[in-house]
Amino acid sequence: MRQLSYSEAIREALRLEMRRDSNVFILGEDVGQFGGCFGVTGDLWKEFGEDRVRDTPISETAIIGTAVGAAVTGMRPVAEIMFCDFLTVCMDQLVNQAAKMRYMFGGKAVVPLTVRTPVGGGISAAAQHSQSLEAWFTHVPGLKVVMPSTAADAKGLLTAAIRDDNPVMFFEHKLLYPVKGDVPEGEYVIPLGQADVKREGSDVTVIATSIMVNRALEAAEALAAEGISLEVIDPRTLVPLDEETILASVEKTGRVVIAHEAVTRSGFGAEIAAIIAEKALDYLDAPIKRVGSKPAPIPFSGVLEQFVLPGSQDIIAAVKELV
Amino acid sequence: MEKEKLVDLYRQMVRVRQFETKVSELFAQGKIPGFVHLYIGEEATAVGACANLRPDDYITSTHRGHGHCLAKGGDMKLMMAELFGKKTGYCKGKGGSMHIADMDVGILGANGIVGGGLGIAPGAGLSAKLRGTDQVTACFFGDGASNQTTFHEGINIASIWRLPVIFICENNQYGISLHQSKHQRVADVADRAVAYGIPGVVVDGNDVMAVYEAVGEAVKRARAGEGPTLIEAKTYRWHGHFEGDPTVYRSEKELAEWKERCPILRFGKHLVEMGVATEQELDTIKAEVDNEVEEAVRFAEESPLPVPEEALEDIYA
Ligand SMILES: Cc1ncc(C[n+]2csc(CCOP(=O)(O)OP(=O)(O)O)c2C)c(N)n1
Ligand SMILES: [Mg+2]
Repeated sequence: MRQLSYSEAIREALRLEMRRDSNVFILGEDVGQFGGCFGVTGDLWKEFGEDRVRDTPISETAIIGTAVGAAVTGMRPVAEIMFCDFLTVCMDQLVNQAAKMRYMFGGKAVVPLTVRTPVGGGISAAAQHSQSLEAWFTHVPGLKVVMPSTAADAKGLLTAAIRDDNPVMFFEHKLLYPVKGDVPEGEYVIPLGQADVKREGSDVTVIATSIMVNRALEAAEALAAEGISLEVIDPRTLVPLDEETILASVEKTGRVVIAHEAVTRSGFGAEIAAIIAEKALDYLDAPIKRVGSKPAPIPFSGVLEQFVLPGSQDIIAAVKELV
Repeated sequence: MEKEKLVDLYRQMVRVRQFETKVSELFAQGKIPGFVHLYIGEEATAVGACANLRPDDYITSTHRGHGHCLAKGGDMKLMMAELFGKKTGYCKGKGGSMHIADMDVGILGANGIVGGGLGIAPGAGLSAKLRGTDQVTACFFGDGASNQTTFHEGINIASIWRLPVIFICENNQYGISLHQSKHQRVADVADRAVAYGIPGVVVDGNDVMAVYEAVGEAVKRARAGEGPTLIEAKTYRWHGHFEGDPTVYRSEKELAEWKERCPILRFGKHLVEMGVATEQELDTIKAEVDNEVEEAVRFAEESPLPVPEEALEDIYA
């Protein structure tokens, strides 16, 4: 199959959806001629023009506010927030406005809004440009939360997000942008709420999100050599969450490691662990283990940053405590 | 102004220029990680502004903060070590370029959030007022930052409470790739002062004396309890937004025109014409600063990296 990078796959989804539906448009900082801070929107402005690939002032509140206003009146905006850390600047428009409008208005409004934003560390960008804040948004009823780990998933899920009639938070990982993978050509939609078993195994279930899926696959490869078989599950969307696939795997293995790059404390892993504890305690042969960032802001210096961020060796260590 | 002070303004600008030039080289060599945003071309603004400040006055800075930090009395060695991610750096390697701070000389931090300082500066002003001191706070921010909510909210609260804050907009014409004419309808950010009932002043940000005088007036007002001023310094960054930016959004011609207006060349020429300094004296300053920069690099290179576990220190007081 044809290979695309994660960022090319995202761009392809944007391009196809913009061709298909004239109500879809992009807005964000430097998304036009500049092509986006991480080059994701690339040359889209050439095909669609400045009206549909709109450069905004540095005004995150206005970016999301404008997107919400446009969405509720018939458009289908895709807003880019340059780093997920800057979502903090526009939280009201997301959390109090976008997420709740439909409900507060008795189901009479639709807010078909997609917010794309990169998470993650690993590039010495320090504490205000490296966070993974996805869990915050899973706590807000009304928002959907998507977090792809591969190029193909990014294309299929972004297409679904854009077509969805709800506000969808779409978290990309900045280290994944150049990573290539097979991506189906033409229209490709992955329904929100379907997990993917990235590797089948029998001893331990590793539920991983975003870049930690790659780390889990590395760990699986390394442990296979030692005769330990990991099953790697990528939920792909956190809200809605495919509990069934997760619970089925837990039933099979009886052992669980949950891995995400966000700080472990109150990360989405806590929610997954709670669901397993509530619904699958009988299947468990060992305590649930969580792997995530240590509880610190992301530091600048590489040695410190690598210490704080989780890696495949942390997954391996967690697995070894279970088997 | 006395001769020493004039010559010192020149030296400070050269320090910023040479520091940044070295950082650019080191970044290209892969010795400095992360994002660096250089101040080359804008030196007169930080230097002219900070020449009015006392060590106990405050500044809030930006992602493009090296110039502010040096001009406010920051230690070049500690800055360079921080850029290298070393334990001896200003932030023990935790902050990097975008978070350099020195609480001892009133540098309340560079900032990775555009507009972040516009929120904090009024608070430092309020604190000085409540504590009954005459300290002032200079708040540096870009033209791009003037479209953030904190611009409106910060200046408004400073104006109603007559806080001793000098808001200094460094209008270098761009917020990353977006020219000012595409991100706001006004040509002069200073016009917005009207909305807050405070003075708004436009100044040539490449003329160190002009900046010095405009900020001097504002500092006087602030110390006298007359409240904030909004100053807009028109200037230009010579390098890309960050090191590595291909700058597709601007022309070589535009850059060349601004280089003609180099704040350092201009002021040097002025000093020589006024008989304040000779060419040789200026050359000596450059050579001395070169040494200072080399020293800083040596210090940074020879310093140890932090120990990984230190990542978990300094989170709470
Ligand atoms: C809240 C927030 N939004 C966006 C960014 C990304 N960003 C960093 S610098 C910058 C441009 C800032 O422009 P300006 O304020 O004019 O300062 P200049 O870089 O020109 O000095 C942008 C958009 C950020 N760091 N913080
Ligand atoms: Mg600017």
